[in-house]
Amino acid sequence: MTGAAGHTTNVVPHESAAKHVTGEAVYVDDILVSGELLVGRVVTSPHAHAKILSFDLGAARAVPGVHAVLSSRDIPGVNDMGPVVHDEVCLAADRVFCVGQAVFLIAAESAEQCRAAERLIHVVYEPLAPILTLADAIAQGTLLGPPASIVRGDAASAIRKAPHRFSGELETGAQEHWYLESQVALCVPGEGKELQVYSSSQHPSETQALVASVLGIGKHDVVVEVRRMGGAFGGKETQANHTACWTALLARASGRPVKIRLFRDDDMIMTGKRHRFLSRYEAGFDDRGMLLGLSAELHCDGGCATDLTFAILQRAMLHIDNTYFIPDITVVGKAYRTNLPSNTAFRGFGGPQGMAVVEQVIDRVARTLGLDAAEVRRRNFYGTDSRNVTHYGQTVERNHLPLLFDRLTASSGYAKRRADAGIFNASHEFVKRGIALTPVKFGISFTTSFLNQAGALVLIYKDGTILVNHGGTEMGQGLHTKMQQIAAREFGVSLDRVKVNATNTAKVPNTSATAASAGSDLNGMAVKNAADILKARIAEAIAPVLTGGNTSDPTRPEDILFEKNSIVDGRHAGRSISFADAMPVMQRLQVSLSASGFYKTPGIGWDSVKGTGKPFFYFAFGMAVTEAELDLLTGRHTILRADILYDVGESLNPQIDLGQIEGGFVQGLGWCTTEEIKWDDKGNLLTHSPDTYKIPSVQDIPREFYTALLDNVPNPGTIHSSKAVAEPPFMLALSAWLAIKDALSAASNHTKEPEFSLPATNEVILLSLEKLKAR
Amino acid sequence: MTKIPITTTVNGTVHTLEIAPHQTLLELLREGLGLTGTKCGCEIGECGACTVLLDGEPVNSCLVLAPQIDGRNVSTVEGLMRANATDPLQDAFMDHDAVHCGFCTPGMLMSARALLAEDAHPDEASIRTAISGNLCRCTGYVQIIEAIKHVKP
Ligand code: FES
Ligand code: FES
Repeated sequence: MTGAAGHTTNVVPHESAAKHVTGEAVYVDDILVSGELLVGRVVTSPHAHAKILSFDLGAARAVPGVHAVLSSRDIPGVNDMGPVVHDEVCLAADRVFCVGQAVFLIAAESAEQCRAAERLIHVVYEPLAPILTLADAIAQGTLLGPPASIVRGDAASAIRKAPHRFSGELETGAQEHWYLESQVALCVPGEGKELQVYSSSQHPSETQALVASVLGIGKHDVVVEVRRMGGAFGGKETQANHTACWTALLARASGRPVKIRLFRDDDMIMTGKRHRFLSRYEAGFDDRGMLLGLSAELHCDGGCATDLTFAILQRAMLHIDNTYFIPDITVVGKAYRTNLPSNTAFRGFGGPQGMAVVEQVIDRVARTLGLDAAEVRRRNFYGTDSRNVTHYGQTVERNHLPLLFDRLTASSGYAKRRADAGIFNASHEFVKRGIALTPVKFGISFTTSFLNQAGALVLIYKDGTILVNHGGTEMGQGLHTKMQQIAAREFGVSLDRVKVNATNTAKVPNTSATAASAGSDLNGMAVKNAADILKARIAEAIAPVLTGGNTSDPTRPEDILFEKNSIVDGRHAGRSISFADAMPVMQRLQVSLSASGFYKTPGIGWDSVKGTGKPFFYFAFGMAVTEAELDLLTGRHTILRADILYDVGESLNPQIDLGQIEGGFVQGLGWCTTEEIKWDDKGNLLTHSPDTYKIPSVQDIPREFYTALLDNVPNPGTIHSSKAVAEPPFMLALSAWLAIKDALSAASNHTKEPEFSLPATNEVILLSLEKLKAR
Repeated sequence: MTKIPITTTVNGTVHTLEIAPHQTLLELLREGLGLTGTKCGCEIGECGACTVLLDGEPVNSCLVLAPQIDGRNVSTVEGLMRANATDPLQDAFMDHDAVHCGFCTPGMLMSARALLAEDAHPDEASIRTAISGNLCRCTGYVQIIEAIKHVKP
């Protein structure tokens, strides 16, 4: 089903696979704690917007087994958990801003006691009018901050002068992360102010900072450790901090270890989602389907606090071009405050919402002109020598789009299958087939440029085993496996000599989140840097040892090679020592065998006010062809086949990369099709459980699913010539969304533009069909 | 609260226990017996992370009340190892990178174990049916299907 030709050298199983298949792998909820452990519970707001007039915790505090009941007044430090802007309280003080907002905390010896105490908390709320839809937020102008824009040329006049033009609106929906492991933290108080925090967090350094701040203590008293997460996808980039802060407050107040694991429904109700967007666009194009001008306004729902909204909106604006050169373009972005949980990072980080707009535009261009949409896409691709500068001024270098297009249209049999779908549709009244090709070009780097840094601490022990610490976190993406491989390759030792430690703020400080698909790029370079420092030290010290009596032709440090578990003189093969034997020698020679490594991405920078610069170190490319079958009577669709070709440079680990691509695509498929989030008119989440919110099951994936890596495309300047993989494949699922639209469009024999939004639920499809028939 | 006495066999070991009537099998395994390999994903029978075998049949342990296992056989992921060596099913999951974050893995393995006990060479359709109650948010399922297809007999 999958192909990684040309990438076969680095096939290594996931470093924790053996622990996972035996059930030994330890997640936060599995950590063994003494009998002292208390259960923590969060009491949340039942109102989307209300004043807290009064509350009484006396009766709750008196429940036997209850050790702490806390309100905002009991926070010893700062009542804030905002990661960038300080507008998100840890516990509500005098007002609540969404249903599910944390108001009180309880710690007790059992979950039953927690619930008993919760029932005795008496609060008087005065409900206020909430803002629950983007339309209301836009109408009332509840902007979270000033609008942003990126402008090149004069889009308005280009559109006006264009031979063809249209305008439209696109809604893209929210999405729940649905990591299998819900939010969880365990805090164990130590001596004095010390606190050990075990958190399922993508950003341990920020978790540490916020825990210290709510407790009013120094960061040096807080150690955050992350062994692994049971999935995260962006949902544990900032919002894992919340559970950690609440747990820390309870541990501090009770003096006992406390664990909070959110029940699934509570997690879904309390945590933020992917930002829903309402986008309005106007496009001008010529007879060949070439885009001449695009003007777009992106409105996004930030929820009740800022969180990472501006960075997400910015990435949406930076990816509105996707892979297309648009000579004149204006994109404006506006983020609004609503009374819903604060929306947050989710794989793609605004990229999908931006790309969906331009893919919808291209799809409409093709339908308007009666052209094949894939061909219109190809015509508009960024060029290799000209037409290769993005709307924000970054040149698209090493553009693999033409190669991907040629190979993928051939391997998927695109042209023939498109014709076959037409034949099928002509003879089927109630079942239609559609096919679509969509590309992705995704910028790799944090757009907040200073975040592009990473640290590592590599230790070599006297027996020759190596312990790698780095700032990245493992959430299933295989980062630790890749770090293990990089260290083993750098030291020339076998994998079993290298262990990657749990991520720990006491080992590597002040790290960036494991996000932006940059985990391997940044941490891999930091690990390599530490290895280089250690190797230089070892080479210096071991050279005289290898020289021995041969002083007339000494071994020089620069001749030393690290390979096959040995340290050898490259000029004299006979002079060598095993890596393990060399380490006691190093200790006798008083050589330090620990080193910290550091990396910062060179040559990037971006002026977010002017909207110009080089925000990305490079671009990752991919492409997909997807075919869907649609039942016009029920709106039910089946993904018949998907073909993906993706550019990972030189893969660090082809199996892991293929798995990331397939997993990303299927997660995107969920966003595009079945994952629909609904709130009622009071701001209550209706889809708060897996029986009402549907992520893809195995039965929803393409019937035939082919994924392959582009070969022979090393990426210069990155760790072992690799490229990032985590996020970009998500957006390839837009091909499934547009394949469904193509099938829908076949109902009118492609003569009418169907109304369409995302996700394309059965309801959206059937309503659209009704309108197609009515027109 | 009155406790209920039960005798049950978990991964081949007989346990005589006194349990609360409302305790779920999932809670008993994780908290009572320290078998934390079985995962808790939703507690309402939707995700399959808590799948174990009850007399060989896959069940969501979050939906089984612990008293119901009186006199019955429970197998969990911890019982898959054979004489200190991994089972071919476990090997296949490792070889095919069917394990990403690993949170769905124990449940997937137990559903696959039940399938393979009935059919040593299942086709793709039966594999899909067998794991259709096990959600995975990481892999996109392809590597899991491939792993189950390639379990060495
Ligand atoms: S925890 Fe039992 S099915 Fe989800
Ligand atoms: S591997 Fe993460 S949920 Fe399946």
